[in-house]
Amino acid sequence: MAKFTSSVSKGAGALLNWFDDRLPVTKFWNATMTGYMAPKNFNFWYYMGSLALLVLVIQIFSGILLAMHYKPSAEEAFASVEYIMRDVDWGWLIRYMHTTGASFFFILIYLHMFRSLLYGSHKAPRELLWVFGMFIYVALMAEAFLGYILPWGQMSYWGAQVIINLFGAIPKIGEPLTQWIRGDFFISDATLNRFFALHVIAVPLAILGLVLLHLVALRENGSNNPDGIEIKKNKDADGNPLDGIPFHPYYTVKDIFGVGMFLILFSFVLFLWPEGGGLFLEHDNFIPADPLVTPAHIKPVWYFTPFYAILKAVPDKLMGVLLMGASVAILFFLPWLDRSPVKSIRYKGLWYKVLLALFTIAFVRLGLLGMAEGTPAQTWEMRVWTLVYFMFFVLLFFMSPGAKTKPVPDRVTH
Amino acid sequence: MSFDDVNKGRRRFLVATTSVVGGVGVGLAAIPFIKSWMPSAKAQAVGAPVEVNIGKLKEGQLLKVQWRGQTIGVLHRTPEMVSDLSKNDAVLADPQSAEADQPKYVQGEQRALKPEFLVINMHCTHLGCVPQMIPQVGPQPFDADWNGGFYCPCHKSKFDLSGRVYKGVPAPTNLRVPPYSFLDERTLIIGVSPQGAV
Repeated sequence: MAKFTSSVSKGAGALLNWFDDRLPVTKFWNATMTGYMAPKNFNFWYYMGSLALLVLVIQIFSGILLAMHYKPSAEEAFASVEYIMRDVDWGWLIRYMHTTGASFFFILIYLHMFRSLLYGSHKAPRELLWVFGMFIYVALMAEAFLGYILPWGQMSYWGAQVIINLFGAIPKIGEPLTQWIRGDFFISDATLNRFFALHVIAVPLAILGLVLLHLVALRENGSNNPDGIEIKKNKDADGNPLDGIPFHPYYTVKDIFGVGMFLILFSFVLFLWPEGGGLFLEHDNFIPADPLVTPAHIKPVWYFTPFYAILKAVPDKLMGVLLMGASVAILFFLPWLDRSPVKSIRYKGLWYKVLLALFTIAFVRLGLLGMAEGTPAQTWEMRVWTLVYFMFFVLLFFMSPGAKTKPVPDRVTH
Repeated sequence: MSFDDVNKGRRRFLVATTSVVGGVGVGLAAIPFIKSWMPSAKAQAVGAPVEVNIGKLKEGQLLKVQWRGQTIGVLHRTPEMVSDLSKNDAVLADPQSAEADQPKYVQGEQRALKPEFLVINMHCTHLGCVPQMIPQVGPQPFDADWNGGFYCPCHKSKFDLSGRVYKGVPAPTNLRVPPYSFLDERTLIIGVSPQGAV
């Protein structure tokens, strides 16, 4: 197949040779871009990964600039955010980039994970790829939670109060553990200061490391595709997959188009709708933190509400916390719960379409109910959808090995 | 170099002992860094008792003060509020406060040294939000049969006007009662038990 590095001019080529003798620049480029063969039937769902990477860059870039003006102390934090919004040149843009980026990160990650449920991208030999992805997701939740404390508004304060006290539900060590996390007997300056350190250094480093592992694991077995076929099974005389095309330029160009469309949507929210109707930036967080008054209606940001609804559905402290933890933890085991002989929803049969539809409705409904005031009727509805959420995994485990599947073609379809 | 005469048993033993000793060393070396997260000496020192003037607290009024970073409520209960407490027993999880975190000198349904003054740690025993006082008796959106009490906006836990938890809500126990005593008729001190009391 064609190597696209051959077109460089002579002078630049000499420089490249100098580098190649000392650092595997061309080797790396060929192995991961021009020589990396990706299935030719990618569709819309395959934009999310590269876009998530773009948002990660946006978050790091805007975060560095914010950290130059933000003051991580209980006395000054709220005022310093207002200072960024009003007095720093273009400060409002940088802050709204960061807050909009946070919500878009989760939108992309949820779609990215849903793609896996559609096409079985978590199944062998990509189990570890999925597990690394799950670790990124959990690290991202930690990062979002830590970052949400920093503006030191009412929702920051009481959200932290609730989430940290979740650890207090653990018998015996719960209470000392919450003190260890807070560094005080209540949410205080010490808590804010350490959460800032974790938010800007510790967790971002962990996320970058995990993203690297995720990408290395992806390049090892290559991408799955909407048909769930291993393209490496059908190769031409040169040993290249018949259904593969070089990642560069084919998919880099596709992804650049995706970036363009995404940035239009991103800019729309960033410039015209940064509060997202109280979903992306909550109204109560424009009030400075007050340890004496809990806001009348407290809820987490939208991307946590499905799990929050599961917590609220259980009328027992420890059981609620355990079930909420289990709702995230069970996702780690998806590759081993899905025992179907085929990967893609296209060939799994009707039963899986029904299960996945119910699971998706349960997740969305739980998300909406997690934001709601919580009447007794809503509590019962949350219990029903919590049951549906977990039954997806149970039924998947028991139905997937025996269910009748459609014949999977040898080559990808168009 | 020949590997034929390698003593595999000794090599395994050395690798294992080095790993164990090294592991213990790393574990011990981690202690200062883990400990550095605990509340500092400064944070621990801020815990002095708080004096509260209750002379001007009218019947039905709730006063919130901070003690050790916690929100403490002082409620001046009306005689009806006190006499209505016994009506709640059927819906409460622990009417006699057997499981509650409270000093021994506050007992029974009133949970107070003086029945008219309820002194209570306002933080919900579920996840630490501060419940709102809703003293009105009558139907509420969250309870058709409300007899007055505290309602937590975070996770819908309900408590009566003695801070006793309802059945079937996430909060596991009654609201906590801090140690407190009366210096005189008008002054309350939070953080100090009455003389002679345990």
